[in-house]
Amino acid sequence: MIDQDSQRSSRPIVLIKGLFKSYRRGVQEVPVLQGIDLTIEEGSFVALMGPSGSGKTTLLNLIAGIDGPDDGSLIVGGTDITGLTDAELARWRADHVGFIFQFYNLMPVLTALENVELPLLLQKLNRRQRREHALLALDLVGLVERVHHYPKELSGGQQQRVAIARAIVSDPLLIMADEPTGDLDKKSGEEVLDLLQQLNRDFGKTIIMVTHDPRAADKAGTVYHLDKGVLNNQ
Amino acid sequence: MALLRLILRNVLRQGLRSSLTVTGMAVAILAFCLLRTTVEAWYAGVAAASPNRLVSRNAVSLIFTLPLSYRQRILSVPEVTHVAYANWFGGIYIDEKHFFPRMAVGPSSFFDLFPEFRLSERQVKAFWTQRNGCIVGRKLVEKYRWKIGDTITLTGNIYPGEWRFVLVGVYDGATKSTDETQFFFRWDYLDEVVKKVLPSESGRVGWYIVQIASPNNAGTVSGAIDALFRSSLAETLTETEKAFQMGFVAMTEAIVVAVRVVSFVVIGVILIVLANTMAMTARERQPEYATFKTLGFGPGFLVTLIVGESMAIALLGGILGVGLSVPTADAFSKQVGPLLPVFHVHWKTMALSLGVSLAIGIAAAGLPAWRAVRIRIAEALGHVG
Repeated sequence: MIDQDSQRSSRPIVLIKGLFKSYRRGVQEVPVLQGIDLTIEEGSFVALMGPSGSGKTTLLNLIAGIDGPDDGSLIVGGTDITGLTDAELARWRADHVGFIFQFYNLMPVLTALENVELPLLLQKLNRRQRREHALLALDLVGLVERVHHYPKELSGGQQQRVAIARAIVSDPLLIMADEPTGDLDKKSGEEVLDLLQQLNRDFGKTIIMVTHDPRAADKAGTVYHLDKGVLNNQ
Repeated sequence: MALLRLILRNVLRQGLRSSLTVTGMAVAILAFCLLRTTVEAWYAGVAAASPNRLVSRNAVSLIFTLPLSYRQRILSVPEVTHVAYANWFGGIYIDEKHFFPRMAVGPSSFFDLFPEFRLSERQVKAFWTQRNGCIVGRKLVEKYRWKIGDTITLTGNIYPGEWRFVLVGVYDGATKSTDETQFFFRWDYLDEVVKKVLPSESGRVGWYIVQIASPNNAGTVSGAIDALFRSSLAETLTETEKAFQMGFVAMTEAIVVAVRVVSFVVIGVILIVLANTMAMTARERQPEYATFKTLGFGPGFLVTLIVGESMAIALLGGILGVGLSVPTADAFSKQVGPLLPVFHVHWKTMALSLGVSLAIGIAAAGLPAWRAVRIRIAEALGHVG
């Protein structure tokens, strides 16, 4: 679980140099990221903004190790993740990254508690320890009274809070949030953003968030704009 | 444990789809069980044949008889311990639809050669005391609700006339594979009548049943018996009882092959149905698989998840199908009666069916599992850009 005593530091947690990524659509090669240089400090709350197709989600995926770059250097938490195999990357993600998705991506057949327990199945914890950690995470997001509810029995905001609990339960180095308020009403979106802010402020978690919403970006300490694959302002 | 829970909940997730697939699987396995049992029933006579019994018949054809005098000469062959004989009687009971094997047998040691027919000494004694006595298998007695002392009338077709028999004994099979639908009466009673109506056929038997000391000598003894009657008016052809029974089955081999093929076609069809279900399921759950991969779960987890679900559905259907096969086979057996006298689902067939169910489960999940392992997370999540 989250280490409440974590201290902010200016240690770079993400170091990106000359990052290129393109996708193939038919015979055409479509460049998505074109030489990104970026440093993110530990304990920061970063928002990546930009129009659709600007490459912000691709950048998030690359930092999170769920996609690989065509070229460039990508060091996260001191590990050059471009040199890892698929299996090593899976292990690395399980140990270092928590994910929050736009559509929550909870398992519909699992209760809130079981969903939060999922990442812990990959840790060396027994059932009781897993349960304790998951309950603590759910308590932190204010859903301890809903632990035995299935996703369909929860509102969108509550589901996203379960997803946040799942993202933080293994105390990851980084929390990656892809449009975390994109599917929520204004009030629920505010609550989720406040929760992310709290995680960053009170627990020193490093959060990288992709968003379209300027109000969401306002909650972040640092905002980067991407346009046509180029990080052009800050 | 968490994985098993996840698999079981996934099975129950699409209730209607899973129930229909399980039902389809159950029907297919039921059909497979019954078709395999039909093949086994076809070979029941072969399976029940004793290795130390030979059958000697007319070398030209089974429809030609042999002189009764051969018995003593066969008995003189080394290794031969007993010789019995039988005639196919044919005949009609009620009408042609009520078929069961009816045979005239002799001599008085006949039942000693068939330890698989279990009946009391008293009944055997009554049979050889009562000239027109008959001994009948348990299934036949139950079917026609006969009881000891009843008179059973057969209308002769090979041997003309009305034949009245008194039921003096009922035999039970030593095992489930023993035919309990046969009707035996005394050969000397038959010969008595034949002497009057068909004198030329008197003193002749349909085939000899020869008991030998050791099955290892079956070939030598068969050769020795046939050598005795070489160049005679009625040459013999002696073979093991198994080979004799196989001769009947061989006549209908094409049907057996067809039944076997159909049983595998049924399996092929249900394999495609289950593979389609699993492919649909896996396609719908691609974002979930991508989420699992994102969280750090490896290919082994996804394969176990998909194969486990497929195997659970297949096994549920298999268990249901096998469970239904027993009462269905019993009902079928009662309907077909002596046509397939030994018709019960053997435990080996049940085990094979469950094994086939599991194999179907694994095979059906192969392609969806392979696809799930290969999906690119970013694409499956729909987050590229």
